[in-house]
Amino acid sequence: MSDFARHPAGVAGAILLTIIALAVVFGPLVAPYDPQAFHTTVRLQGPSADHWLGTDQFGRDLLSRLLFGARSTIAFGVGATMISVIAGSLIGVTAGVVGGWIDSVIMRGLDGMLAVPDLLFVLLIVTMLGGGTGEAMLAVSIAFTPGMARISRSSVLSIRTREYVLAAVARGESQRYIILSEVIPNAIGPIIVEGTIRVSFAIMIGATLGFLGMGAQPPSTEWGLMVSEARQFMYRSPWVVAVPGLAIAVAAMGFNLFGDALRDAFDPRRSR
Amino acid sequence: MSLGYLTRRLFSVLLVLVIVSFAVFAITMILPGNAAVMILGEYATEDQLLALAEVLGLNRPWYIQYFEWAGNILQADWGMSLRLSLPVGEVVGDAFWNSASLAVTALVTVIIIAIPLGILAALYRGSKVDLGIGLFAYVGTAMPEFVTATLLLVFLAGSAGGYLPAGGFIAPNESFPGFVSHVILPAGTLGLILMAHIARQVRSEMSDVLASDYIRAARLKGLRERTVIRRHALPNSLAPAVAVISLDIGYLLGGIIVVEEIFAWPGLGRLLIYALENRDLPVIQAITLLLAAVYALSNLFSDLAIAALDPRVRY
Repeated sequence: MSDFARHPAGVAGAILLTIIALAVVFGPLVAPYDPQAFHTTVRLQGPSADHWLGTDQFGRDLLSRLLFGARSTIAFGVGATMISVIAGSLIGVTAGVVGGWIDSVIMRGLDGMLAVPDLLFVLLIVTMLGGGTGEAMLAVSIAFTPGMARISRSSVLSIRTREYVLAAVARGESQRYIILSEVIPNAIGPIIVEGTIRVSFAIMIGATLGFLGMGAQPPSTEWGLMVSEARQFMYRSPWVVAVPGLAIAVAAMGFNLFGDALRDAFDPRRSR
Repeated sequence: MSLGYLTRRLFSVLLVLVIVSFAVFAITMILPGNAAVMILGEYATEDQLLALAEVLGLNRPWYIQYFEWAGNILQADWGMSLRLSLPVGEVVGDAFWNSASLAVTALVTVIIIAIPLGILAALYRGSKVDLGIGLFAYVGTAMPEFVTATLLLVFLAGSAGGYLPAGGFIAPNESFPGFVSHVILPAGTLGLILMAHIARQVRSEMSDVLASDYIRAARLKGLRERTVIRRHALPNSLAPAVAVISLDIGYLLGGIIVVEEIFAWPGLGRLLIYALENRDLPVIQAITLLLAAVYALSNLFSDLAIAALDPRVRY
């Protein structure tokens, strides 16, 4: 892990994630205004002493909206990814361990699902379930599950033939012991790395759904929805779309950098 | 590469499409409200709905409906759009070519810019050039299309800039300069995220190659640096680049949905959003199948290209 500290991308990612985590935990407590309060005399203003990040079309304080929105935006990404990691590893580990025709059937099914671009898949499922935050989150996790399943399967397959697993088999350990104590702890690295990087995609897809009107609904402070609502005023006041847009980018970048650094830390061969 | 491998791969593309068609059909069967509701509207009486469902054959078991639908598609009959009262083949066909013109423009631009950027970053590792390209790559991959599009619009099409049209489409054969001015912003939006990703991957592949034993051997036997890079490093890092690009085509196909909606580009993405909002099932089914087919085929082509580029890959 000392490598990690020397990894500039890892440090940058950790700093960004810390800022985001502080906003998620303490944001609503330190927000200077009520995120839904209209201040009609100061609509579409740039940054000022009263409103550090300016105000939107109703005069709502952008900093407060951003701080409140951190929870829904980040929770969406992390939640959707966690569901897909759990479902995906269950499917992937099962396929990898059981093998045979069950494995083939599962993998062909996953191939079919992977052939549909992520966003298209998510849009289809959201339309099927009906729009809304919970539905959008479920849709993203369903769309991410095949990819996670594939990665956990291949990581299980590569471990199954390692010497320490063969040694456990030779010792006559039970199948259950081998899977729980030998295979899963060693297979979990790539899954965590992939999951961390996926969070950034999940945040971006969640914001895109909010933007398209199929995810979070007004007056939510979800960041994608904030961009969408401010868009009709973007020429008059670029500030109002830029603030939540850049917040999404910062969050996605934090998870991306952190995930990349984790991958390098787990895999000593890729030292750069 | 053997003929057997080619047949196997073509067969697996077909298999994937059959699975996708099952999934699409299942999803659209579960969608709330069947075709009868969509045709008659929500104020139709129960009797009218039942009568129309009978005529359309919606009461039959799902597998019969599936095979009829799949059979019609195999005969190039995609059905009628429920909202536009036009054959689906016609509507989707026009949109397909419009989308293709956008996607191909974006992809070609990205490849021309991103691969040299990645190579440059790998050659000058640790320098300011590398840092700059790395920063661009990280920021680029973290911006969703709708954010990039909005920012580009504000700065290049707004009152401040006003150089480029904010949306719309002109066919290339109608007015080529018109097409170019309209395609710059959407293609740029699509390109940014792909460019960042491809440049980063090419940098990492090229760095691996440059650190390999055969490059060391080439240098040790006294070859000039230019020859080492041109004859030994470049060819070996191109095959992985093709693999990355083919993966990114899936991302591109998702990206066009948002980008076309924002820039009012009359392609598959915009049509899909319209069809989803209006529950136009035959159009949704056709677009999903088409995009999956394009993705599967582009993966096949990239595998073939990799085999051609890299003599170590034998199928």
